[in-house]
Amino acid sequence: MEDLSFSHKAHERAVGTKNIAIIGVVASGNLEVLAERILPDTECLVEIKTAAEGFGDVWDAVVADFVERTSPGGLKFSINDGGARPDTVSLRLAQAVRLMEDNDQ
Amino acid sequence: MTLDEMLASLFPDGHDVRNDHSVILGSGPLRTGGRAVVIGVADRAAVGADEAIRLSSYVLSSIENGSGPILVIVDSDSQRMSKRDELLGLNEYLAHLAKCLIYADMHGRPTIGLLYGHSAAGAFLATALATRVLVGLPGAEPVVMDLPSMAKVTKLSIEVLEEKAKSTAVFAPGLRNLAQTGAVHTTWDEAVPLVDQLEALLGDLPDTRDRRDALGKERSGRLKAADIAERVRGLALQAR
Amino acid sequence: MSAAPTQTAKLPAGRDRTASWYEASARTRVRLLLDAGSFLEFIGPEMREVSPHLQVFDLPEQFDDGIVVGRGSLDGSPVFIAAQEGHFMGGAFGEVHGAKLTGLLRAARDIKSIPVLILFDTGGVRLQEANAGELAIAEIMRAVIEARSAGVKVIGLIGGRSGCYGGGGLIAGCASALAVSEQGRIAVSGPEVIETNRGVEEFDSRDRALVWRTMGGKHRRLLGGADAFVDDTVQDFRDAALQLLRSAGDFGIDTLKAEQSRLEERLQLFGTCPDAVDIWKAEGVPDADAIPALPADQFISLADEVRRINRDAR
Repeated sequence: MEDLSFSHKAHERAVGTKNIAIIGVVASGNLEVLAERILPDTECLVEIKTAAEGFGDVWDAVVADFVERTSPGGLKFSINDGGARPDTVSLRLAQAVRLMEDNDQ
Repeated sequence: MTLDEMLASLFPDGHDVRNDHSVILGSGPLRTGGRAVVIGVADRAAVGADEAIRLSSYVLSSIENGSGPILVIVDSDSQRMSKRDELLGLNEYLAHLAKCLIYADMHGRPTIGLLYGHSAAGAFLATALATRVLVGLPGAEPVVMDLPSMAKVTKLSIEVLEEKAKSTAVFAPGLRNLAQTGAVHTTWDEAVPLVDQLEALLGDLPDTRDRRDALGKERSGRLKAADIAERVRGLALQAR
Repeated sequence: MSAAPTQTAKLPAGRDRTASWYEASARTRVRLLLDAGSFLEFIGPEMREVSPHLQVFDLPEQFDDGIVVGRGSLDGSPVFIAAQEGHFMGGAFGEVHGAKLTGLLRAARDIKSIPVLILFDTGGVRLQEANAGELAIAEIMRAVIEARSAGVKVIGLIGGRSGCYGGGGLIAGCASALAVSEQGRIAVSGPEVIETNRGVEEFDSRDRALVWRTMGGKHRRLLGGADAFVDDTVQDFRDAALQLLRSAGDFGIDTLKAEQSRLEERLQLFGTCPDAVDIWKAEGVPDADAIPALPADQFISLADEVRRINRDAR
């Protein structure tokens, strides 16, 4: 298992009033993302525990791209990863942000 | 200890317990008066639908006739692994046996498991683990998951698993680990007559509340179970 | 179970109860099954109560340890609910996972007036925590019977990818009633384990049709091992849960005696049947060979004719 952590500045606060969201499942090729609105508006943090070691650079790029596109200011993302592909990671992160916007159940 | 030695030591004045095709049924007198019902599995036999239904029948008729404790003595294999047993709904037969024992225990018939040999998996759940108090006899070897099977699935060697098992009681087989995790209440001494140890246990029996998780925490074998269960229970009570 | 289509207003996206139960995650099943917005989770993922036993095996954890527990309402009435995630460690019982369900059942026992729905999706004991998992199952079985003795209905819903195997099958056998879909399977030993122990002649684990005839939802319904057969939709499971909550019987010595008779009779009638098809024929099912391919609604009607469920047993 490998632990990774990436913190970024975000241009904008992530929209919505939800404070917690969870998406995904920890399984081979999949991951879970827990999003928490607990940081200052211009900061975001992505912490990862992954079963697939040695992909730090790939995570770095995926996270940087996600932050650039979504600007999830104020959000901390905690990930348990079962060895998902980068596009699945991007999908889950985007789903997590959408859930945080969503005031409906 | 063989089954006969065990029964003779439990009931030095005699008993009517019979081993019929590895299904143990009968009763024996207690020093303090009355009789204990005795059921169980012998000869490291697998527990299938045919065995479970006989055991549950005896428990039910004991509930209707009699008033003493029910001893569940176990030297079994796992559940019978056969197409026929699964076809016939083995899960229901094993569950029904456990239900009868739990019901008895909740209604004035304390159930005491005596593990004197092997037991595993579904058979363990339906017999020894469905009692209020589980006693281990020296030489008992309960196995939830055997190391060779675990080695195959995890792709780790048995040596590596044994090494990991030194620092946790939570996966490797054996009486000590089952005691530390809270399953086994106490281990008896082979050198002391079992009738004495049974009398002492009956004189100091815990109540019907399932304290196995608390015991596991006390003994540092299961550090989280009791607290998590209690927290959920508390949250659920608050949420009404 | 009636297969008549339900009149529902078009639901907002994400609240569609025609969704496949099998494909849904545990969280999605809970969210869609219960009344909208009614779910309150106990020890949610943000509490990070993960298994303490996976790190030593270099395995990833899940924040909820693979089970979601809490309360909500079903058609306006309160229910406690537990849903296993069949994709995480095969939905298997570990120390924390099991304890969450134990605590929920003990609360139900103490409150007495709120039923429990258990959404099974499990291969049984988690081998990395085998002793803790087995004990958890034993404690859950005890807690189910204590709750039922206090008048609580405990309803099991089975239709996920991991089925309901091992100790999960025993817990299911302790429930007040069970609903199962085509995809659902209930057994103690899994197909591979039977094959490994007894040989492929005894049980060919790769023969899917055999696995489903022996352990699958349709057979369990026809045998009486499950009380309701449902189509693979959240709506069908919801309707079945409501139906079973209304119809499931009480628990006591009479229930156990009726159950003893029911199980004895089953052995007498079917104990020498070599295959499920022989059991179905013995039960008077017309065209037993066609059962596996029969669509859900037709199967449900047929099952209701062939085997009415004994509400006094279990």
